[in-house]
Amino acid sequence: MYKVIITVRLKSSVLDPQGTTVKGSLHSLGYTEVEEVRIGKTMELWLNTTDQVEAGKRVDAMCRRLLANPVIEDYEYRLEEGA
Amino acid sequence: MVQPEQRMIEPVVDRAAESEPTPVEIRDQKLYSEMGLASDEYQLIIGHLGRLPNWTELGIYSVMWSEHCSYKNSKPLLRRFPVEGPRVLQGPGEGAGALDIGDGQAVVFKIESHNHPTAVEPFQGAATGVGGIIRDVFSMGARPVALLNSLRFGNLSNPRVRYLFQQAVAGIAHYGNVVGIPTVGGEVEFDDSYEGNPLVNAMCVGILSHDELQKGIAAGRGNPVIYVGASTGRDGIHGATFASEELGEDAEEKRPSVQAGDPFMEKLLMEACLELVKKGLLIGIQDMGAAGLTSSSAEMAAKGGAGMVLNLDDVPQRETGMTPYEMMLSESQERMLLVVEKGKEVEVREVLDKWGLSSAVVGRVTDDGRYRVRHRGRLVVDIPVRTLVDEAPVVHRKGEEPAYYRQHADLCPEDTLAGVDPQKALKKVLSSPNVASKQWVYQQYDHMVRTSTAVRPGSDAAVIMMDGLDKALAMSTDGNGRYVYLDPAKGGAIAVAEAARNVVCSGAKPLGVTDCLNFGSPEKPEVFWQLEGAVEGMSEACRALETPVVGGNVSLYNESKGTIHPTPVVGMVGLVTSRHHITTQEFKQEGDIIFLLGETLPELGGSELQLVMEGKISGRPPQIDLAKEKRLHHLVLAAIQKGWISSAHDCSIGGLATTLAESCFGRGLGAVIRMETPLDPAVCLFSESQSRVVLSLPGEYAESLMELATDQGMACTRIGTVGGESLVVDINGKHVIDASVQQLKTDWEGAIPCAMNPSSTS
Amino acid sequence: MRFAVPVFPGSNCDVDCAKAVREVLDRPVDLVWHTERNLENFDAIILPGGFSYGDYLRTGALARFSPVMESVAEAAEKGKMILGICNGFQVLLEAGLLPGAMRVNDHLQFRCAIQPLRVENNQLPFTRLYEEGEEIHFPIAHGEGNYYCDPETLKELEEQGRIVFRYSGENPNGSVAGIAGVVNAQGNVLGLMPHPERATHDWMGSADGARLFQSMFRTWEGINGAA
Repeated sequence: MYKVIITVRLKSSVLDPQGTTVKGSLHSLGYTEVEEVRIGKTMELWLNTTDQVEAGKRVDAMCRRLLANPVIEDYEYRLEEGA
Repeated sequence: MVQPEQRMIEPVVDRAAESEPTPVEIRDQKLYSEMGLASDEYQLIIGHLGRLPNWTELGIYSVMWSEHCSYKNSKPLLRRFPVEGPRVLQGPGEGAGALDIGDGQAVVFKIESHNHPTAVEPFQGAATGVGGIIRDVFSMGARPVALLNSLRFGNLSNPRVRYLFQQAVAGIAHYGNVVGIPTVGGEVEFDDSYEGNPLVNAMCVGILSHDELQKGIAAGRGNPVIYVGASTGRDGIHGATFASEELGEDAEEKRPSVQAGDPFMEKLLMEACLELVKKGLLIGIQDMGAAGLTSSSAEMAAKGGAGMVLNLDDVPQRETGMTPYEMMLSESQERMLLVVEKGKEVEVREVLDKWGLSSAVVGRVTDDGRYRVRHRGRLVVDIPVRTLVDEAPVVHRKGEEPAYYRQHADLCPEDTLAGVDPQKALKKVLSSPNVASKQWVYQQYDHMVRTSTAVRPGSDAAVIMMDGLDKALAMSTDGNGRYVYLDPAKGGAIAVAEAARNVVCSGAKPLGVTDCLNFGSPEKPEVFWQLEGAVEGMSEACRALETPVVGGNVSLYNESKGTIHPTPVVGMVGLVTSRHHITTQEFKQEGDIIFLLGETLPELGGSELQLVMEGKISGRPPQIDLAKEKRLHHLVLAAIQKGWISSAHDCSIGGLATTLAESCFGRGLGAVIRMETPLDPAVCLFSESQSRVVLSLPGEYAESLMELATDQGMACTRIGTVGGESLVVDINGKHVIDASVQQLKTDWEGAIPCAMNPSSTS
Repeated sequence: MRFAVPVFPGSNCDVDCAKAVREVLDRPVDLVWHTERNLENFDAIILPGGFSYGDYLRTGALARFSPVMESVAEAAEKGKMILGICNGFQVLLEAGLLPGAMRVNDHLQFRCAIQPLRVENNQLPFTRLYEEGEEIHFPIAHGEGNYYCDPETLKELEEQGRIVFRYSGENPNGSVAGIAGVVNAQGNVLGLMPHPERATHDWMGSADGARLFQSMFRTWEGINGAA
């Protein structure tokens, strides 16, 4: 078993209106040191496989095909064994 | 495996889970009081069962006997509502009421509150309120065609209130938009009394053919009980009880009681259920709403005069290790319970599968009047079903006239407010969030999906076209907590009269009412007095206007730091017989003559002018003469149907001046008004006298209108002409208002966006 | 001329699109369940608005893998007219039949209003009955209509006249260059956020959308002769 944690967020070149708004709210709460906020999403997958290399390849394909939109989003993932 | 035929006496387990107290512990430690049951109620349960109830059974009684499910405090009062009429196909008691609208069609509608969930989790609380009312309507077999909502919040200067308001509106928008039912109208008011206890009342309107009308019944021994929709989790356990208690300081800690909604699931569930209705596959159908599986199954069995056996092992579950208590009381959303004829399971399953819905047979109908629940091979509940529904205890409470009511009798706000500068007052009133444009709210609601919306939000009533027919439906919600606070009976009658007047101004004949009674704790004699008075006034108005009450909801215990203003909300539906009669409030063309129907009296108690000038309300609310109100409706409707009328707008909060200004805003057309009056100009322009409507019409019809008004015995005063770019008002020859329509509109439109974004105004 | 309106779980403007075709053109139109693989009998396809698959993950992201989308792609290849409205536009973007992607509205709220638009290209099968530069009114109703494409793509769209509609007056969602609708390079696949099917009678507040459906029919007639 592998647990996969995938993070998808807007590319840095794309304006993130949610991040901008949250930054404004943090500033108004006094956290003025916050310079930038980027909002993304985390997905957790559990894979029934033992081959880590193959698992990585397949997860990458899942991200490219469905889980992220390459036009506006970047993704990263990590695999945890035996979760 | 469920065996309904099994008649042998099988003992009910003492505990369904190790963690639960035993029946004896429940009795000795009075644990029933934690579930909101009084000790005499607990004794009643022992009498019904002939033994001590176990924890699961106690939970079932506690939700079924809560105010939310049983109306135990309000039942004696609700009997006063007129519920019958020639058009009534279904009165109170089912998911929603139904009225005949001709051509074999019926309109189905209901309003319901989701106040307490919204107070603790505004987005999901408001969203799931919308979800529940949609299910109530499609479980009648009707296709939902419109949503409306009545909202009450505290003062927008409070950041927590802004958060609640913003999130509740977003939640309502999210749910309705995804399901694809237009949110076409409603109202929003702000008052300090709602600060810790906002009100979210959602109304849904649907249409069906008479032969498709469904009932929530279980009948036919051996017929399967089918569970469909989302799986059951631990969310919302004891929501119905939560809704029947005051919100304490620990309200936020009760968050687990709030459910999360899935409008996508709701859409699939709605389409699947309507397909089952079209195919005639159902005996009974009911939403698992408040008190979830318990109330839906028990009510279906009781209404069908039957019994039921449920097997909880077959209930689709989202979490592991759930106890019977948790499964029975879960308020997970987007679930329905169906009873179908034995042998039709496969056909039903095919439809549900097509929509990707999981379903399971979770029980059978029996004929022994027992309500039994099995779990892991053991009998965990065995209750006579009528004791849960028909024989729920009724509490007869006594009202007591509060001291404030007597004190207000001597106050005369008309004297203190006379002499106010009308132009300045108009600006203040238009900028008050109560009167200001609600565009900020309704532009977040998809109000045009289904392409039937002929009158969009912002007019007196919304109008929905009916496909393939010339007729249309008008609908409106209305309530005025300030009037009801100052005089419950008058305020209650006014709420009904105004909702009907709104519908009439759109060109429709009012047909019937659904109501939501939002009040404080009925255990307080002055609150019960308010409830009693309001119901009396509403009943009287419903009788006078021939609009029966076909359904509704009671929300008591709306208290946090104090008691809310008593706020009955009236949802009114009317029928437009031809689309040519559809009328809106804005002035249409230069040169049209403006008439005021009805009389203006010095009535500023509870008015918007009083609130904005004095910061609080006092005195007595306006009078209401229901016979006159009815004549007004006849007159307006007759004039509209004769094709004379360009615009019609009812005079309500903010008085005549506000009505005129709002009529100018739609097309940016001004008006020149000249009036003679014995009243002070401000009193004349901002009085909230009832039974008044402003009409505009081409000059050629002016004589005819005056003749018709004379026939009906209605005051009809020519007060001015449409034209120009300003609203100009002369009273007794003196210029009292001369303001550019654009400027007034800017104030009116900007008020709520500015209030919601206070940092940007500085 | 026969229209198909694919229905995904969560579509909610499917019936509206069908109604518009019937009322404006009086032509046959079928609602086609998303599992259908064959759309050969149809001359044009309208991908309707709504929240396909709840718009979970991203708007349109799950619908693009529905079986029906393969035949939509084939139809596009063959030059049939494909119109994607609102969620239908989002599905076309996710499917790669149109360039760009959709973001959340810049003000973060859902916005429903009757919106003025400018017709930027009236030389298309969908727009031939409009004047170039004409201001028209279609309702909008979306929370994610903030169209994005990179600067190179934008330049290409501008140069090839593929920006079909732009928001006039206030931009309601923050879209790049005020884009409300774009067409593919072949000119037969149009996606737009505003709803022409909600603007087909004066009582709706605008009847400007009728000409979009009439343009499609006129185009088909031009190729196939009067039906």
